[in-house]
Amino acid sequence: MVHLTRRYRISAAHRLHNETLNPEENARLYGKCNNPRGHGHDYALEVTVAGEVNPRTGMVMDVGLLDRLVEREVLDRFDHKHLNLDVDNFREQVPTTENLCLEIYRLLAPNFPVWSVKPENEPDDTGREDSAAGARLLRVRIEETPRNFIEYEAEDGIPVRVLSGRQ
Amino acid sequence: MVYVTRRAEFSASHFYHNPELSSEENQRIFGKLNNPHGHGHNYVLDVTVRGDVDVRTGMVVDLKDLKQIIETEVMQAMDHRFLNEEVPAFREIIPTTENIAREIWRRLEGKTGAGRLHRVRLYETADLYVDYYGD
Repeated sequence: MVHLTRRYRISAAHRLHNETLNPEENARLYGKCNNPRGHGHDYALEVTVAGEVNPRTGMVMDVGLLDRLVEREVLDRFDHKHLNLDVDNFREQVPTTENLCLEIYRLLAPNFPVWSVKPENEPDDTGREDSAAGARLLRVRIEETPRNFIEYEAEDGIPVRVLSGRQ
Repeated sequence: MVYVTRRAEFSASHFYHNPELSSEENQRIFGKLNNPHGHGHNYVLDVTVRGDVDVRTGMVVDLKDLKQIIETEVMQAMDHRFLNEEVPAFREIIPTTENIAREIWRRLEGKTGAGRLHRVRLYETADLYVDYYGD
């Protein structure tokens, strides 16, 4: 079993604000992160997959395949966006780093193992169990700044979404 | 239990090729990594051992000894080498980052003194690394 980790970057704007709370509570809870005009971060995302090394390819997972998957599911969606305003994922939950981490895990998890859900436009052998596509998703780690990061590890499947906004 | 990590850096070249597959298949699976003349990386190796702190020395393992075994087993074999041709193990298996980490584990296991080898982490680039725990 080998763990393979790939690092990506996401630059995005957000505002921490819970619509079920009043303005004073929001200001007290989130401080300057509650600024109505928002602010942004250069997030660093680490995606870790785990599996046996495929003897045919020497790989746990083809890094190009992982890159295309993360680009399609995560980077195209969140990079250079306002998380509260531009995407649907945070209409009903506050885009804290915790929720962003869980949301990225939810977006990626159904694609693993990749051979069982071969994406369009991938080589034919991507759909083979013995291709470099047999790894499972192990961990999503996201750094909001170099001084704070959040990790979520696979436990019992895909985490349930906890909605905190209007319901 | 305390975990101690020693870092080492080495530069090496390699290419990816499975002789059991056709040229076309190799090209399709490995792309530019299949160039037979090889290409290179500045690898960063983190070797982690674990153990209890010795009450007499205050150490899990003497870092000088750990540095020396990494030097003998890894650096002398792999630094500034063409991995496919100059490391015997990679005549049989493809020197992917995964397989290099496993080969480093094999070379170090049982030789780290009082500290038990816990993890080999190998960065191929700052944005790509593998972890191997020996199983």
